[in-house]
Amino acid sequence: MSATAMNRDVPGIYHKAGSLRAERRWALWVAYISLTVAAIIFLAPPFYMLITSLKGSAEIAGMTGSPWLVRSPTLENYVNIITSPMFQRFMLNSLVITACVVALTMVVSVLAAFALARMRFWGSQMLATGVFLTYLVPDTLLFIPLYQIVGGLGLLNSIWGLVLVYPTLTVPFCTWIMIGYFASIPKELDEAALIDGATWPQMLWKIFIPVALPGIIAATIFAFTVSWAAFVYPTAFVTTPDQMPLTIGVVSQLVRADTFAWGQIMAGALMAALPPVVIYAFLMDYYIAGLTAGATKG
Amino acid sequence: MAADGSLAGAALRRGAPNSLQRFARRRSSIAVLMTTPLLVIIIGLVAYPAVYAIYLSMLNRRMTEFVGTLNYEILLESETFWMVAFQSCFFAITAVLLKAMIGFWLAHMLHDIPDKGQRKWRGMLLVPWVIPPALSTLGWWWMFDPSYSSINWLLAVISVPEVPWLGHHWWARIAIIMVNVWIGAPFFMIMYLAALKSVPEQLYEAAAIDGATGFQRLRYVTLPMMANIISITVLFSLIVTFANYDIVRVLTNGGPRDLTHVFASYAFQVGILSGNIPRGAAVSLFMFPILAICAFFVLRSVVRRNKEQM
Repeated sequence: MSATAMNRDVPGIYHKAGSLRAERRWALWVAYISLTVAAIIFLAPPFYMLITSLKGSAEIAGMTGSPWLVRSPTLENYVNIITSPMFQRFMLNSLVITACVVALTMVVSVLAAFALARMRFWGSQMLATGVFLTYLVPDTLLFIPLYQIVGGLGLLNSIWGLVLVYPTLTVPFCTWIMIGYFASIPKELDEAALIDGATWPQMLWKIFIPVALPGIIAATIFAFTVSWAAFVYPTAFVTTPDQMPLTIGVVSQLVRADTFAWGQIMAGALMAALPPVVIYAFLMDYYIAGLTAGATKG
Repeated sequence: MAADGSLAGAALRRGAPNSLQRFARRRSSIAVLMTTPLLVIIIGLVAYPAVYAIYLSMLNRRMTEFVGTLNYEILLESETFWMVAFQSCFFAITAVLLKAMIGFWLAHMLHDIPDKGQRKWRGMLLVPWVIPPALSTLGWWWMFDPSYSSINWLLAVISVPEVPWLGHHWWARIAIIMVNVWIGAPFFMIMYLAALKSVPEQLYEAAAIDGATGFQRLRYVTLPMMANIISITVLFSLIVTFANYDIVRVLTNGGPRDLTHVFASYAFQVGILSGNIPRGAAVSLFMFPILAICAFFVLRSVVRRNKEQM
């Protein structure tokens, strides 16, 4: 940038003077074209899902003309799916599971992160590393032994079995990013609190949680989206429809019908995807902070 | 630490008026108390199952007898297993490379446009990452549907012949990679964008004054500054992609003829659906060496990064 300014002062000496600005304009064009192409590709599948969900079954069965257009839009699929008791059940299950898991995750990870970030004790460093390693263990490595363990506890085919195992997906990462947020709070704050006679729990409750609130929101959003979207565990542990959360419910139960009711499947999938998308739309900055915190903060 | 805790506990039991407060102030005892739930989850639901998986994989099908490494031997002799291993590696490597390149390109493009517009574009481009993968894959499945594929319809507009997306195994593999790249590229984009923004502007100015070309700026300023984030993101994505299950389950369910199974979906098929839990555990444990290598390098990069920041 300063080079352009410098070049403008001494025209004629540097041949690049004009070309730099042209180069910049050209770069801007390339940027907008690539972004537009990417946006079209990235948004096409959800758009197509929306289009399909607005079509009546006759129109889908017709298979004529452009599939990307809807000729007689109808909300019939949405009405059907919302009034279906099965779908309501999936939604309720998802809500209960997610609420429990998010609450559990946040309590466990905020407490642990506070202890790991502020109270150095024997093995605290090792435990912090262990937390990160746990985050790297994928669910597909654990679902078979967990299937046996959950089965042994008699929690197969129950949403409580899912509430038990989902924290393995959420707790490590949430703890990890909370350690980062807590560690960034200046030490002077807790020294002042200690001098004023605050106990450790008071310090956590009155200082750390309010100060690290953005981090807590980011971690909560992460826990919510992960437990809402979890797929491996419910697929493995739940086979009775009335205990299924939305993801596996939509994928296995709606698709099961012989004549694929595509409009209804797409309406169901979109409704199921709505909560994370709404949260993302309103809290995008926190969402992205949580996403990037793992690498930039830790 | 343990002594601390028991001392405080003893003081509590004696019921001295001040002991509760003292207990609450003792650092190590309360720290242990606070980390206990985390330890329970990590040990009980991750470490113990991981060890248990090794034990499980050495049992016979009905889990009544210890058979040593028999399950592994049977797997190593089966052709399907090698197909699965090949497909998993092929899928993970291709998909991660594509995601990394597309993400890198888009992050640069986003970084190039004026700040005001960035938010809007970023918001749009992250949508594939936000939708739960199982559900967006359902949408892709319908787009690949042989009888009324909307992608084939678009291809027909530019007179490309019909593609048997999920019918032929190579096309099915490509379809799986496409969906995975579609879901994962925005994640790379957002990570790289965060990294790009953390590169000090002065470095570029200095490079510009020294007469560096755009490529040289990328090669000698941007890449070294981002190297750590790039390696963390790539390795992390390699783990997640290698262990992916959702996309294969929804899109092909392993078909046609078991040629698109990856380790996770094959382990599911063998372990849960066919009821051979030990063999399934053995299949999923084959993922472990590769994941462990990736995890080692991720951890090293993260530790190095922490040291730099301190």
